[in-house]
Amino acid sequence: MSTIHAKRANEFVRDTEKVDRHDATFWSVRVKRDAMAHMLPEWENLREAASRIKKHTVTHLADYLEKFAENARQNGVHVHWAKDAAEYNDIVLKILNEHDVRKVVKSKSMLTEECGLNDSLIHHGIDVVETDLGERILQLMGIPPSHIVMPAIHITREQVMECFVDKGIVEKEGQKAADSMHGDRRVLEAEADPTFLTRCARFHLRENFMTADCGMTGANFGIAETGEVVVCTNEGNADMSTSIPPLHIVSMGIEKLIPDYKSMAVFQRLLARNGTGQPTTVYTSHFRKPRPGQEMHIILVDNGRSDILGNEDHWQTLKCMRCGACMNTCPVYRRSGGYSYTYFIPGPIGINLGMLKNPDVNFNNCSACSLCCSCDNVCPVKVDLSTQIYKWRQQLDSMHHADPMKKAMSEGMKVMFDHPGLYTSALRVAPVANCMPSFLTNLVMSPWTYGHSMPEFAKKSFHQLWKSGLDDHK
Amino acid sequence: MKIGLFIPCYVDALYPEVGVSTYKLLRSLGLDVYYPEKQTCCGQPMGNAGFQDKSRKLVESFDELFKGFDYVVAPSASCTSYVRFFHPEIAGHECEAAGKTVDLVEFLHDIMKVKSLPAKFPHKVSLHNSCHGVRELGLSSPTERNIPKFNKIKDLLQMVEGITVFEPERPDECCGFGGMFSIEEIGVSTKMGIDKLHRHIGTGAEFITGPDSSCLMHMQGIAAKRKLPVKFIHVAQILSAGL
Repeated sequence: MSTIHAKRANEFVRDTEKVDRHDATFWSVRVKRDAMAHMLPEWENLREAASRIKKHTVTHLADYLEKFAENARQNGVHVHWAKDAAEYNDIVLKILNEHDVRKVVKSKSMLTEECGLNDSLIHHGIDVVETDLGERILQLMGIPPSHIVMPAIHITREQVMECFVDKGIVEKEGQKAADSMHGDRRVLEAEADPTFLTRCARFHLRENFMTADCGMTGANFGIAETGEVVVCTNEGNADMSTSIPPLHIVSMGIEKLIPDYKSMAVFQRLLARNGTGQPTTVYTSHFRKPRPGQEMHIILVDNGRSDILGNEDHWQTLKCMRCGACMNTCPVYRRSGGYSYTYFIPGPIGINLGMLKNPDVNFNNCSACSLCCSCDNVCPVKVDLSTQIYKWRQQLDSMHHADPMKKAMSEGMKVMFDHPGLYTSALRVAPVANCMPSFLTNLVMSPWTYGHSMPEFAKKSFHQLWKSGLDDHK
Repeated sequence: MKIGLFIPCYVDALYPEVGVSTYKLLRSLGLDVYYPEKQTCCGQPMGNAGFQDKSRKLVESFDELFKGFDYVVAPSASCTSYVRFFHPEIAGHECEAAGKTVDLVEFLHDIMKVKSLPAKFPHKVSLHNSCHGVRELGLSSPTERNIPKFNKIKDLLQMVEGITVFEPERPDECCGFGGMFSIEEIGVSTKMGIDKLHRHIGTGAEFITGPDSSCLMHMQGIAAKRKLPVKFIHVAQILSAGL
């Protein structure tokens, strides 16, 4: 009786030091987020406004998309439509080939992750360089992100040093990095000094920015009123990616749309406060039209989003702005890590998006929720995350993914609870279980006894106490 | 006022003293309290496991058993919230009883508006704000929200003579029970329980108390296995101490 998530999580929690560090790291983000929330008296109104704006936009999506595309075209931007990942990857490849692109620098985009863009480009001989520091570290290490906002936070600085040495970055940029800090290179290397590592990365990335033929960004928001996209980063890498290469390609999920600047003001206040506990990201960059001499493309990607819109129980996932707050607050995510989930987006929103994408694999994440409802209360756009997880569980049986043991237990409970007579007789014999030696019950009642001692049945149940004279009406 | 007493299955079998305390407490307020003997369970264990359909019959019979009362009172926040918020959906119609089902804390605090209690409990307790109590019934303000702080359980406990009430660090983080979650995700569930226990014990309290025996049972099982020095007591037992 174990899902893939449960099995991987059981492994993850074995290393107490690691799980405690992971938990503490993400809890500290939740604490920062709370501090930000409590600084704004209008916080709950902002959440309600954001939720309503998103609801309004996704329920009028066709109109806003047309408006957005029209305005973007008038700004001199090429607009493309992709119905799925394959079509999206083809469009990108076509644009790149038309411009004879050999190297692409990319700022962070979960959509490209969703569509498997990097693999597709590399397969076609195009060099792809992630420029978000965390994403770059993971790319060099050859592993996927474990969180959507802080993708490499589970990696220690010692591991980063090892990777940078391995990839020749320290050899090439180490001296420059040490000099820029007026430090001793050997000491900095030995200590895996974080500033030293970031300086190495900075010089390494600088060279890539200078030599790339195309810059790709995602989009945190698309503003229909003006046809522009907004990209929020802390490292300025989206700006670097777009300031030098002669070609800029934006990849945007169609649900990223908002109507106008007034709505942008609401989301701008919520995104970073929820995501990282900052009042705002360091850079909030608006891209409306190409620089002189530059070409700009926006690819609007559906890839299943229209189907979600028609799904009565789960359309609200389209309100999500990918801030990651639900992961940070999730007690299960914090203690199981991103890699325990079978979908590339973990945590409460990932459980739901994974089920919408591929239930035959991602049903394995439905166990990863104690239904504590904390995610519902942090979510800045009020997605009903835990309710949706509960609903998925109700569907697993008809999808043939129900756990046989849980099904058998539920059937047993049905028989017992539907028959009060049977239930009360069972209560009378239950205390017999107390007399069994604990090593035996521990064996029998496993897996409960993996973590717990057995609870003791009372000598007399409340039912029996009631019958034997508690009732003082008589 | 006619009160129907709902004693959820695991309280019935494992913690009948919680039921007795609840009964005595309600009687001490001069209420007419009845215990329909054909009651069993709220259905939540099946629902959380993904089989809420299997609880249809018991949902109907719950409504039948309890609809004649002015209020249905249960010493369990989680079962109460399941009845109130899930029964109508499972049944496919309005449920008269569900709308009148309240947790003991809500009942004392909001409906009876109790201002004093004769109880004495000269001990230090750490308050376990259980998830469904906080986030579904609103027994306290969820820490995620920016709303004025309140805690109805604490308000009631502080009427008890001699008591010192603490709240743990991360006062409303889940203890990891979650029904079948605790069996299916044993690793994470146990880790959540251990972390929660350490935060409760860290307050220096002798007892962990809360409105949900299910969370207490989970933590008690983990504490016993590790011989952790702390005792467990349901809020109803403290509020009725000395009756």
